[in-house]
Amino acid sequence: MKIQKEKQNRYEIRFSGSGGQGLITAAVVFAEAVGVYDGKYVCQTQSYGPEARGGKSKAEVVISDQPIDYPKALELDLLLAMNQAACDAYFFDIKANGLLVVDSSLVEQYPTSRIITIPFTQIAKEEIGRELVANMVALGTIGFLCGRVDLANLEKALLARVPKGTEEMNSRALQRGIEEAQKIDVQGLPRAVMSEDDDL
Amino acid sequence: MMSETTTPRRLLQGNEAIVHGAMAAGCRFFAGYPITPASEIAELLSILLPAADGTFIQMEDEIASMGAVIGASLAGVKSMTATSGPGFSLMQENLGFACVTETPLVIVNVMRGGPSTGLPTSPAQGDVQMARWGTHGDHPVVVLAASSVEDCFSITVKAFNISEKYRVPVILLSDEVVAHTRECVRLPAQTEIKVVDRIRPSVPPDWYKPYEGDSRGVPPMAALGDGYRHHITGLIHDEHGFPTQNRHEIERFHKRLTKKITKGFSDIQMSRGFLLEDAEIVVIAYGSVARPALRAVEDARRQGVKAGLLQLITLFPFPRGTVSTLLKQCRAALVPEMNMGQISREVQRVNQFDCAVVKHNRVDGQFITPLEIFKHLIKL
Repeated sequence: MKIQKEKQNRYEIRFSGSGGQGLITAAVVFAEAVGVYDGKYVCQTQSYGPEARGGKSKAEVVISDQPIDYPKALELDLLLAMNQAACDAYFFDIKANGLLVVDSSLVEQYPTSRIITIPFTQIAKEEIGRELVANMVALGTIGFLCGRVDLANLEKALLARVPKGTEEMNSRALQRGIEEAQKIDVQGLPRAVMSEDDDL
Repeated sequence: MMSETTTPRRLLQGNEAIVHGAMAAGCRFFAGYPITPASEIAELLSILLPAADGTFIQMEDEIASMGAVIGASLAGVKSMTATSGPGFSLMQENLGFACVTETPLVIVNVMRGGPSTGLPTSPAQGDVQMARWGTHGDHPVVVLAASSVEDCFSITVKAFNISEKYRVPVILLSDEVVAHTRECVRLPAQTEIKVVDRIRPSVPPDWYKPYEGDSRGVPPMAALGDGYRHHITGLIHDEHGFPTQNRHEIERFHKRLTKKITKGFSDIQMSRGFLLEDAEIVVIAYGSVARPALRAVEDARRQGVKAGLLQLITLFPFPRGTVSTLLKQCRAALVPEMNMGQISREVQRVNQFDCAVVKHNRVDGQFITPLEIFKHLIKL
């Protein structure tokens, strides 16, 4: 069926957390890698509150081989939650076989056992030396897990966006994220509780 | 290998694409006051305009911004401003002045939730009727709506072209979703873009009548400082630009202003059709909502429902001809909007057929989803 083909073709990621964590930047870098460098169709959107810092923040990337009609996420293939509030609020938007990735330095209560937990903020602070680049560690993990982006292009897009002098630090953060993701056995994760027939 | 007509693929926001469209159309003046969700337009123009020998000025408010934009345009420079609902309210008075003096300019209104300060970071389409009727008195304006990043570029070019060709203010409506969605686009090369400039007087300065319409009803426009004497007033004026109380001159003035737009309908009224040939139900949408509407229509087709989409690019003058043809053909028309029904009333107004015009309104600050349109659609 055409409808199923289209559904498989579309891949949706949401980066969520609080304002100031650099989630929109991470999503823009990702979209640039997929759209400009990989040459796929991509839509990147965001929503945030009126506050400059704090408050809920989310950014989405929709990837497809065909032109994208609806630019926002409908059912997430992958959710990155960088704090507890985001994890609680958006967990139910993930599709049955989708992936939940959380920052275990900031999320304490897990809503499901089908979850990938990586301490992005801790890695950024202790190994890279700047808490600021937690978003780029997470970007590396997402890039590897989604399997929809050429990782070399992801790095290229990252280096083109970040301020001069921070390239090495950002690139190291991205690589650490990729390494963490390589350790994950995605096939070995528990199956989702929700039935696959539930969607739409 | 890249040919001359292609430029590199770029990831752009709707707001950024509007800026590139404006630059490509020849805009060299911007006056404005930053406001969410339109600020990126001012931000990028503040870099690009000075680099292209243009002028960027941040004014003390939106009232002054419109004044500056009108002044710059009268001096012969293609000019624009960008704002959102609260700022657009402040611009209405001077927008009327632009209408009566037939000053070409483009106002981008990136709609957010209103009224008043409303919902600064949420999408809405609540300013549609205001764009048409916000300033007082009978007046012609053109209102366009963009739905994607590509649109933001091409429709901005079109907005300037219409404005210059007809000497009329053009309002380009966008919304928070269109403004902040990033997509990959390949902008056309400058040589591929059709740019229209205002017609300058060809007669000697002594013979110039600044408000005498040509065959289309559009007066050739001299720039201030060109040597052509040119009186500009908000009062209803005669062909020389001076105030008049003569009823014949007043009537002629009003009718010419309306006629110049009516005569240009085929050029001004733009829309796009999807799957309309055999459609029994038509979804009429504009702006960002055209996107979930297209997905809903395609989903409905897979279920065997003969649905189609008419995406309105020109909202005013309302494309009566195109809409009427579809209302005659279809048994139902669904009009999804992020307001309480501002375009559905226009659709209803031109509906002289057995077609049921059904509203679908969302006013909770959220973007309309394809699923809600689909569910509504299959029940019709």
